[in-house]
Amino acid sequence: MKPEVLEALKKYLFQLADDELIIGHRNSEWTGLGPILEEDIAFASMAQDEIGHAQAFYLILHELGEQDPDTLAFYRSYKMFKCCHLVEYPIGEYDFSLVRHLLYDVQEMIRLKALSHSKYEPLAHLASKLIREEKYHYMHAVTWFQQLSNGGEEARIRMQNAFDLAYPLAFSLFEISDYHAILEKESFIISEKELENQWIQEIQSIVQKTPIIMPSVEDKTLHYGGRVGKHSEHLEPLVNEMSEVFVIDPTAKW
Amino acid sequence: MKFLDPRVNRLNLPKEYNEGFEEAQELDQWQTYEVFHQRSRGEQHVHVGCVHAPSAELALLFAKEQYARRSKCTNLWVVKTADITPSDYEDEDIFIPSVDKTYREAYGYKVRPLINTFTQNSSSESVVKVFIQEITNSKGKKTYIIKK
Repeated sequence: MKPEVLEALKKYLFQLADDELIIGHRNSEWTGLGPILEEDIAFASMAQDEIGHAQAFYLILHELGEQDPDTLAFYRSYKMFKCCHLVEYPIGEYDFSLVRHLLYDVQEMIRLKALSHSKYEPLAHLASKLIREEKYHYMHAVTWFQQLSNGGEEARIRMQNAFDLAYPLAFSLFEISDYHAILEKESFIISEKELENQWIQEIQSIVQKTPIIMPSVEDKTLHYGGRVGKHSEHLEPLVNEMSEVFVIDPTAKW
Repeated sequence: MKFLDPRVNRLNLPKEYNEGFEEAQELDQWQTYEVFHQRSRGEQHVHVGCVHAPSAELALLFAKEQYARRSKCTNLWVVKTADITPSDYEDEDIFIPSVDKTYREAYGYKVRPLINTFTQNSSSESVVKVFIQEITNSKGKKTYIIKK
């Protein structure tokens, strides 16, 4: 592999892993506080899945010469993260977390499907494996979103407000950076633009079955920056809290 | 006070347990769904517990996380608890036979291990006619042997 391709591949793997780790950590904040026991368990379990996905992507990075997954997750400055702004935002109320879960996991499903055809074999192999777990996340998100949006007046208004807030943020998932073009040329990935188009269509077809109105987004680049280390104000405190125990003694055996 | 979970109502709790609760409003709690788990295709679905859910679709999603996360599963059923008609524990005596009806119990027909042993011991090529002989011992216990 040419050095510039390897460099681009690593950046992309950090993008994937960091998105998964941060959304997983955010959603895990609901553990014990979910609206009902059954949903609490389901949401916590999916959060754990996402952190597992992050670990698997960090492991590929480790095989490419980076440090071990724990060190990559807990011992980097927040400035080195490549996650997007959508995953950084606080959990808010449950409506926001559910809508973000929908927007994020529909994106993940589409991305993993595309990656399962990647010319970079380890990524294609891993993506095909993760799709199985992702299918449940997709079902969970879509079922909840449609149930609540078609429910009572309060539920519909809450879902609409959460959607208005989260949807413009979600375009940060598809921020284009310099490394993407290099990987497209190698057929390692399809373009962020193409993923974004597929995602918009999929979200539209889900929203059509509800009274929710899709807000128009004038500037999709408004929340860009995550892929080049320019983060929202919410990431630094999250990373500090997440790594709090690890940094006390990084050599501790668990 | 009437509870939304019919199983609680069936307990006929003494009055003092019902005091001090606010009357539950309509939709205060979700209804419960009973969950049936199938380990692999062809096997029967086994009742494993229940979940609270606002719809059957969500009950299935919850059931997957509560009951199919740690062991093999190939299919789940959910059924509204309210749709189950139970027999009454007061009538439990209907299940106890008054006279000896052990002849109805099929314990004596467990001959599969014997047949397996026999098949392993005989040549797979040749077809052998066999019959099963019933033997009753002095204590009245029945056993079976396979004869060529």
